[in-house]
Amino acid sequence: MPEIKELVKQLADKHGRNRESLLPILQGIISEERYISDFAMTEVARELDMSAALVYGTATFYSFLDTEPRGKYVIRLCRTITCDMKGKKQILRTIEDLLKIEIGETTKDKKFTLLETNCLGWCHKGPAMLINDDAYTELTPEKVSEIIGDYMKNR
Amino acid sequence: MPDKRLKRVDLIFSEDCIYKDVLTKALNKSKEDIIKEILDSGLRGRGGAGFPTGMKWKFTSEQTESEKYVVCNADEGEPGTFKDREILTRVPHKVFGGMAVCGKAIGAKHGYVYLRGEYRFLKADIEKALDQFHKTLKEIGSDFQIHLLMGAGAYICGEESALFESMEGHRGEPRNKPPYPTIAGFRKKPTVINNVETLVYAFMICNIGSKKFHDLGTADSRGSKVFSVSGDTPIPGIYELELGMSLETFVEEFGDGDTKAVQVGGASGFCVPRKKFKDTIIGFEGVPTGGSMMLFNSSRSMYNVLKNYVEFFEEESCGQCTPCRVGCQQLKKGIEAVKKGEKSAAYLDSLQKLADTMKITAKCGLGQSVANSFSSIVDNFKEEMIY
Ligand SMILES: Cc1cc2nc3c(=O)[nH]c(=O)nc-3n(C[C@H](O)[C@H](O)[C@H](O)COP(=O)(O)O)c2cc1C
Ligand code: SF4
Ligand code: FES
Repeated sequence: MPEIKELVKQLADKHGRNRESLLPILQGIISEERYISDFAMTEVARELDMSAALVYGTATFYSFLDTEPRGKYVIRLCRTITCDMKGKKQILRTIEDLLKIEIGETTKDKKFTLLETNCLGWCHKGPAMLINDDAYTELTPEKVSEIIGDYMKNR
Repeated sequence: MPDKRLKRVDLIFSEDCIYKDVLTKALNKSKEDIIKEILDSGLRGRGGAGFPTGMKWKFTSEQTESEKYVVCNADEGEPGTFKDREILTRVPHKVFGGMAVCGKAIGAKHGYVYLRGEYRFLKADIEKALDQFHKTLKEIGSDFQIHLLMGAGAYICGEESALFESMEGHRGEPRNKPPYPTIAGFRKKPTVINNVETLVYAFMICNIGSKKFHDLGTADSRGSKVFSVSGDTPIPGIYELELGMSLETFVEEFGDGDTKAVQVGGASGFCVPRKKFKDTIIGFEGVPTGGSMMLFNSSRSMYNVLKNYVEFFEEESCGQCTPCRVGCQQLKKGIEAVKKGEKSAAYLDSLQKLADTMKITAKCGLGQSVANSFSSIVDNFKEEMIY
């Protein structure tokens, strides 16, 4: 917990302590922690001198500001139509088999979370997914196994 | 009907302009001259709604407040659109150039790029390009400054007033309009908000002159446009084409020989079936598009397509107003019930009425445009919705 306190303070020093600093600060917490805990939200509220309800209301609006514990690597697979047409379901099945989790779940070792998301802006190269900030495109079952295998082994 | 043949254009990505010279030339013009150039070109917004860019700049320039802003909308969330990412990757300095020219025209000292969270991997490169750009501006003697802000995964934040809310640190909930951004935008100050592509065209018009741009396209749709082509096509990708071609011409080039429908303008756009390709012009006089062109061949179920779109809207609705929040849920439940046979085919008519009601009662463009894809798919592919 002291680390979170320190992180929030650092982020507030960097981005400021007004309403416009709120999103950059919450994004900064995500970069470090992958999710924003209740404790982190109250810390932000205290640091910016606003109600925790406002922080909660803002954080929960945005799908990338997760408020539930997430793995170190968050996989977001595109579920929109053209990726779906290019074989997204097979990719999903491959990832689920590999990590033994379903959509919305996190692996026991807290390394991976699997989520679905809407169009990622790579429709000409579907199926597409993000792992944290990095985009992976033109996925095939083989390719996605290789990518995730690499994360499992080397990161 | 004027059907232009398919003509490739290379204004956006071409590197044949000496960018610092163009910027110097443009920034040395008077604000009246800049606005006149953009007005004369006939450029209309490339983000979807197609508002005349020169008018937007003119209205904002006429505001007497001292604080004004230029915002670049890089939230690109419409399904099937990926051109803004490509533009920001390949020619970011032209986007910034358009912002600086706009700043000069309206009297703004600060510009903001709002980049969708899904494109965070571009952040470092854009920041580097911004540093370089600010150096160039300094050499020219301009103190215009551009800041980069990141979105966090919400399609609705592409709607201009939601985007301002998000920039101000709030939930991305659209505001009532009017007042429009030209009067009360970011921080409730007069603001020009333009799509990434619009800003590049504005910059290029400063280079080639309004006439060359105006000579391209049709009376209602001047110039060229960057198309994002995906779905059942042998050549998916990004293409800059002259405006005014028919969908038939488009499909001849990009189809796989078996195209049954094209969704023009993304989930919030219109679905055009094969029999209407010939008579449909792609542009503001026909079917407008922010760039998204999704092709479907006869192996695809249009029910699945519609269901995917409705799920998209249900998820991305900000939930602020009832017609949209409840309407999207009901449309989804409704088409599922008809497909399963729990409801009769006539129920589709009630659903269409609901979509039409959303068109006039929803607070923002998201809820208002659900009827576009809903009605155009249900009307043209009714059997597929039932059997
Ligand atoms: C739900 C919704 C999402 C939108 N998303 C975007 C977007 O991602 N990018 C964009 O440029 N315009 C988007 N728009 C349109 C903007 O509200 C606005 O009209 C546009 O940025 C104006 O720029 P332009 O005149 O250069 O097109 C969206 C509108 C709505 C209603
Ligand atoms: S129409 Fe939908 S997205 Fe727009 S304000 Fe209403 S609920 Fe929000
Ligand atoms: S549909 Fe998947 S990236 Fe656009």
